[in-house]
Amino acid sequence: MSLRQVLNLPASQITDEAIYRDRRRLLTALALAPALGLSGCAEAEAPPPAGKPVSPEQAKAGFRTDEVLTRFEDVTSYNNFYEFGTNKGDPSAAAKTLRTSPWTVAVGGACAKPGKLSLEDLIKGLAPQERIYRLRCVEGWSMVIPWLGVPLADVLKRFEPTSKAKYVAFTTLSDRKQMPGTAYDSINWPYREGLRIDEAMHPLTLLATGLYGKSLPQQNGAPLRLVVPWKYGFKSIKSIIAITFVEKMPVTSWNQLQPSEYGFFSNVNPNVDHPRWSQKTERRIAGTGSKLFADRIATRLYNGYADQVAGLYTGMNLKTWF
Amino acid sequence: MIAAKALVHALALTPAAILAWQIREEFLTGSGGLGADPIAAIEHRLGLWALRLLLITLAITPLRQLTGHSVLLRFRRMLGLYAFFYASAHLAAYLLLDLKGYWTQIFEEIAKRPYITVGFLAWLLLIPLAVTSTQGMMRRLGRLWGKLHRLIYAIAVLAVLHFWWLVKSDIREPLLYAAIVAVLLGWRLYKRVADTRSRTNPATARPPKPL
Repeated sequence: MSLRQVLNLPASQITDEAIYRDRRRLLTALALAPALGLSGCAEAEAPPPAGKPVSPEQAKAGFRTDEVLTRFEDVTSYNNFYEFGTNKGDPSAAAKTLRTSPWTVAVGGACAKPGKLSLEDLIKGLAPQERIYRLRCVEGWSMVIPWLGVPLADVLKRFEPTSKAKYVAFTTLSDRKQMPGTAYDSINWPYREGLRIDEAMHPLTLLATGLYGKSLPQQNGAPLRLVVPWKYGFKSIKSIIAITFVEKMPVTSWNQLQPSEYGFFSNVNPNVDHPRWSQKTERRIAGTGSKLFADRIATRLYNGYADQVAGLYTGMNLKTWF
Repeated sequence: MIAAKALVHALALTPAAILAWQIREEFLTGSGGLGADPIAAIEHRLGLWALRLLLITLAITPLRQLTGHSVLLRFRRMLGLYAFFYASAHLAAYLLLDLKGYWTQIFEEIAKRPYITVGFLAWLLLIPLAVTSTQGMMRRLGRLWGKLHRLIYAIAVLAVLHFWWLVKSDIREPLLYAAIVAVLLGWRLYKRVADTRSRTNPATARPPKPL
């Protein structure tokens, strides 16, 4: 399916109703923004929805960057989502078969209030926030993406994790009927990822439901995906159906596949090379003009979020715990 | 023959022409159908065609032996040179477009990254073959020429390895090329064993065929 076809899909076919309502709310907020004196913002992207304004302090917290955004077409046509094929263009071509509504997420494990919730209930009452994050892929390219979503911490707290919850494990949907890529065992399906509880609770960690002010396209992990901006992209698991609080470090798909290449933490680190890709520099996929002569840029420790997250790893040898 | 050669030239240049057009569009409009990461697309496309032409070159000898059409041999040199052309363009794209501004990283990449080491080695080994591809060099080197040009077997293996090691988990595409290399080299091995046998066994001896 061509990009144009993707863009022409009726909203009912790509958009979860609840998210669509949230989008409406966002648009309402946008309409109200000038009246509230929030205009004059020079940025091209939509300002955050009313109710949870992003203050300069939050900008300092890493919630937003003023770097050139990656184009919507590029964010939605260049995806690693092996459930729909291993080529970058496969997901945007094949992911239309993913049904994102109704969608339920099972939350369980070491918590007081486990449950199987509809997506609507999972994020009920949490106003979506816009976060403009850098995304660094382990393959050496990067993007700048305006996400819409809710802080993962806000969602997790509702389930009242116990003191035994040291880690959080995530699982992606794995359905042969909807995901043609799962017919081939490029990964031991279902795709699994995990975070340490303090990483999961970090204010930068986002449960994304949209990007560029729109609901999340299937190829980007609709209807619900994780975004952990200081880690390599593969940690940001897509199309989540299960969240489990666990005591021991959970199994993660890429680590299981090749432990020497993909660690559990997978923090962006220019000083720890992947055996096959140098992590010192990256190709930034951004801008509106030609990307042919785009400069390679230096990769920053924790993808540039060191001020916010370095404290999580004090005392850890990052070469061992890569 | 001239028409046939012109056709092969045109076919071998087609991927480069298409890519050149797309690069031009990309340069002018910012969207030339090369996707979100045009630099990676250019590298991949050039590398893939280098590998394909290498395998087509390697297929000439078995095809001649199977069909008996010696005329095929007349295309071998040009196909081999096109493989070298695409491999060089592939390397140039890596250096000029991808590593742009980080030239020094190339030495580290060659030393530290096995897939780049073998890829670079394959390209290095292609140089003496390209240099000695002229009639004059063939004459001057005599029997040594044939021995030297057997480097192509090692180059094919290295090229497939280069591809294999850069994929993350889906090995199907490099596996396909590995299988083709295995068939092309396996055929030669089979031929050699079969020919030796028939030469040592007078009962089945046939007049020797030129290699």
